[in-house]
Amino acid sequence: MPDQRQPQQPVLQLERLVRTHGSGATEVHALRGIDLAVYPGELVAVMGPSGSGKSTLLTLAGGLDAPTSGRVLVEGTDITAASRKQLAALRRRSIGYVFQDYNLIPALTAAENVALPRELDGISARKARASALAALEEMGLIALADRFPDEMSGGQQQRVAIARALVGDRRLVLADEPTGALDSETGESVLALLRSRCDAGAAGVLVTHEPRFAAWADRVVFLRDGSVVDETMRSHADSLLSGQAGGQ
Amino acid sequence: MSIRHGLLALLERGPRYGSQLRTEFESRTGSTWPLNVGQVYTTLARLERDGLVAPDGEDAAGHTLYAITDTGRAELREWYERPVDRANPPRDELSIKLAMAVGAPGVDIRAVIQSQRHATIRAMQDYTRLKATALAAVESGRSGERDDVAWLLVLEQLIFQTEAEARWLDHCEARLVRLSLPADRRAAAPEPPQAAAETPAPHTTRPRTARTRRA
Repeated sequence: MPDQRQPQQPVLQLERLVRTHGSGATEVHALRGIDLAVYPGELVAVMGPSGSGKSTLLTLAGGLDAPTSGRVLVEGTDITAASRKQLAALRRRSIGYVFQDYNLIPALTAAENVALPRELDGISARKARASALAALEEMGLIALADRFPDEMSGGQQQRVAIARALVGDRRLVLADEPTGALDSETGESVLALLRSRCDAGAAGVLVTHEPRFAAWADRVVFLRDGSVVDETMRSHADSLLSGQAGGQ
Repeated sequence: MSIRHGLLALLERGPRYGSQLRTEFESRTGSTWPLNVGQVYTTLARLERDGLVAPDGEDAAGHTLYAITDTGRAELREWYERPVDRANPPRDELSIKLAMAVGAPGVDIRAVIQSQRHATIRAMQDYTRLKATALAAVESGRSGERDDVAWLLVLEQLIFQTEAEARWLDHCEARLVRLSLPADRRAAAPEPPQAAAETPAPHTTRPRTARTRRA
């Protein structure tokens, strides 16, 4: 749902997105016509019971799967109409993923992991390393640059994964249960980083079943059986507390 | 909420006057439970009647000061040591509402649950935003103030409370879905493992492509 206060183009826009698995008697409607726009500076959380379509939404948004119908626009480009080559380039340049299990490459240091998408994009190793170090520096992770994944805690690996997701010009981060494998304190620090990257202008979609983590988002979208049943906007916090006057 | 013990705790730090107590109370709790000055004076009068505080002259500006007595100190110690009574749970409007909604004619209980979930998550969003600000202030060392730490603890309590409510709502919905299944399907529906983090949705048949892809 576009927000009138945000005149910018959405970084991610889903239009009437439908994904059906199988056909006939075994047909399963994973998504039944989803509309969603995520603007720069916005973190949107997607919640819902398992089977509600949360992860399907994220795989479609990232071009890892194709919708049965509907469109996915990333920075204005319809990725459902893109060729395989265009799609691969778009995924490298515009879309960052963060998964529950970090997915860092074990044989590469933090800096090399973060540099990888830039290198795959054909940028010189030196430049790629420079932009990786810049991303790590910006996110307060520079001390980890030369560590290998097995020399980092889960929370550190996940923060490096966020740096990788947003290295260079990438502005869209898709996070699927990024705190799933972390204790709640560490999960909190991962969310704080994601939040601060969105405050700095990135657009984020966070799939989670944890209300406490979803609460870091600007908007929470509730999915049920493949449809959006409800969504919250953030209200003004002060009014909330004064509204409690005389409570208890 | 114990205003009485809250005021005693502040007076233990030294004599104070009424509106000063109110300001300090609100500063520690982030105005979560605003007090009016009338409540403060009524409470002080009762504390004085019970011998827990005593008038202690006036400050330079002519405010009447109150000081904690030895009996007051003993009462305060006892309060810190005694757990808050959980034997008589306070009436909870939401529990009562859902209890009444079960089987109520013309009431869609799942809609009741969702509208509450919306409000609860939205409150959590607000608390979380306030918490991020409070945390940044405490961690940056910009504030060495105990009041900010106290406020952070109160906020986190609100977050935990709303989280518990959101989880309970998820649980209620899953429970109702499960119970509304026809008996034969219910028997066939697998019990979710105890450790499963996600809300069980026993009727799902969706292939778990996204998960297998990731594994």
